[in-house]
Amino acid sequence: MSDEPLLRVSALSKFYGSRVGCENITFDLWPGEVLAVVGESGSGKTTLLNCLSTRLLPSSGTASYRMRDGQFRELYRMSEAERRFLMRTDWGFVHQNPADGLRMTVSAGANVGERLMAVGDRHYGKIRATAVDWLSRVEIDEDRIDDEPRAFSGGMRQRLQIARNLVTGPRLVFMDEPTGGLDVSVQARLLDLLRGLVTDLGLAAIVVTHDLAVARLLSQRMMVMKDGHVVESGLTDRVLDDPRAPYTQLLVSSILQV
Amino acid sequence: MTDIATYNFAYLDEQTKRMIRRAILKGIAIPGYQVPFASREMPMPYGWGTGGVQVTASIIGPDDVLKVIDQGADDTTNAVSIRAFFKKVANVAVTTETAKATIVQTRHRIPEHPLTSGQVLVYQVPIPEPLRFLESRETETRKMHALEEYGLMHVKLYEDIARHGRIATTYAYPVKVEGRYVMDPSPTPKFDNPKMHRSPALQLFGAGREKRIYAVPPFTEVVSLDFEDHPFEVQTFDQPCALCAAENVYLDEVILDDHGGHMFVCSDTDHCEKRREAGHRGHLAPETMEPAQ
Repeated sequence: MSDEPLLRVSALSKFYGSRVGCENITFDLWPGEVLAVVGESGSGKTTLLNCLSTRLLPSSGTASYRMRDGQFRELYRMSEAERRFLMRTDWGFVHQNPADGLRMTVSAGANVGERLMAVGDRHYGKIRATAVDWLSRVEIDEDRIDDEPRAFSGGMRQRLQIARNLVTGPRLVFMDEPTGGLDVSVQARLLDLLRGLVTDLGLAAIVVTHDLAVARLLSQRMMVMKDGHVVESGLTDRVLDDPRAPYTQLLVSSILQV
Repeated sequence: MTDIATYNFAYLDEQTKRMIRRAILKGIAIPGYQVPFASREMPMPYGWGTGGVQVTASIIGPDDVLKVIDQGADDTTNAVSIRAFFKKVANVAVTTETAKATIVQTRHRIPEHPLTSGQVLVYQVPIPEPLRFLESRETETRKMHALEEYGLMHVKLYEDIARHGRIATTYAYPVKVEGRYVMDPSPTPKFDNPKMHRSPALQLFGAGREKRIYAVPPFTEVVSLDFEDHPFEVQTFDQPCALCAAENVYLDEVILDDHGGHMFVCSDTDHCEKRREAGHRGHLAPETMEPAQ
C-alpha cells in the first residue's frame, strides 16, 4: 500500500440555490480502502457522491485524485475529456438502479465489453473472452452472455453492472446504494461477492448506503451524514459499536432486531 | 402576368443558398462533421430527398449537367421527379450517364462508373447520426463526437457478431473519415463504402428533416470500422447480372413471377445499359435491345 492517499477531499460544498446539498466535507481516501457514507434520505450522501465522481460540480472546495503516474490532479480543473476518460478507465460507478448503469438493449457481453472497446480494444475474440471471464467472476452463467439485461433478474443485473465497471481494472469505484431494491438473500450474496472482489483487486471504494449492515460488511471506515454535514466519522466498528454523536446513536438504535 | 409565378434560379432564394453554401464549406473544412443548417421546406415531403435537393440547389449553376439516381436507377419516381424539378426551376441539362454528369444526386447508391475529379456526388440522408440508435440523446452524441468517444460504435458491431457470427450490417455501415469523425454514409450498401475512400469526386451529404450537412472532400481517407479478427467485407454475389453479365457490381433481386422465379440485375441502370450497348449479354437478356426510356 502506498503512503499517499488516492483521493483528497477538502472543504467540499454543494448548494442548490440557498439549500444545502452537502457542506464542508473533508476527508482522505487511501488505496484499497472502502469508505461507507451513511445517513437518512436527504442527508446529502448522494450529492457528495455525485460531486466526487464529477457527475456534479461542487459550489466550492477541492478534490484531488492521484493518477496512475503518481501525480495528484485536481478533479474540477480537469477538462471534460480527461474526466470522462477517467470515468471509463480508472473509475467505476455502480448505480442503485442497474438500468441507469447498463445498456438495456445490448447483450450482457457487449455491456461488459463496451469499456474495452472505448479504450481501443479491437479484437472481437479477446473482448469476448474477457467478457466470459468477468461474467463468471460475478457468477453469471456463460450461456447468458448473449442475452439482454432486460431478461435478467434484479440481482443479476446488479452483478452485471459491477462486472461492466470492473473490466478495465479501476482503482476507485463509487457505489450508490448497491444493494437497494434487492431482497435480503440476494443482498447477502451480492455483498459477499463485492467483498471478495474488493479484497482481491485491492479496490478503493466509496459506498453510499442507508443500510448499516452494508457499511459493517464492506467498509473499514465510515462517515455519518445529516442535513449535509458529517456528524461523525471513524472506523466502522468503532462508530457502530460505540456511537458518539446523538444522531449516530439514534441511527444505530433504529436497526430492527429480529 | 406570367412572371409572378416564376421561381428564383434553382428554386431557393439567394440568401438561403448562401446559408447552405456556408454549411457546405464548413463541412468540407471538417470532413465528416455534421454541420447544422436551417433546412427549408421544399415542395416534396421529408424522406424524399429534401436535404439532397437543397444541397444540389445551392451548388448547381446554369452550365451543370445533373444526374439523379434512386437506388442506382435513373427511371424510378424519386429520380424522375427530382430531375424534372431541376429541369424546371434551374433549366439545366440532365443526363442519365454518370460520365457526363457534373452533379450526381443519389439516393442510396454510388454509381458503378468511377467518379472523376470535378464531379460532385450529393447524397440524400435520412438519419445523419451514426450513433443514433445506440444513444438517443443529441446532446450526448454531439459530446461523443467532440471527445472522439466512439467505443459505442463497436458495441453495435460486437452485437452483430454475437448474434449472427459476422458483421451483419449491410447498409449505413459506419466509417471513420480522415481518422477523426465517425460518419454514417447514408443507407448506401456497404458494397459502396470502398468507393468513398480517396474518391477524386467531392461528396456532399444533406439531411433535410434532421437539418444537417456533412461532406467528404476529394482524396479523403474513409475507413469502414471493423474488428481485427472480423475485418470489413463487402457483399459478393454468386451470379453475374442477368441482363449484362457484369460481375463485381451491386445487384438487385427482381421477382419475375409468383412461382419463385427471380433474377439478379445491376442496380445501376446506366451501367447496365452501357454494357448491353457494348454487346454484353446476360442469360436472361432479350435478343434485341429495347430503347432506353
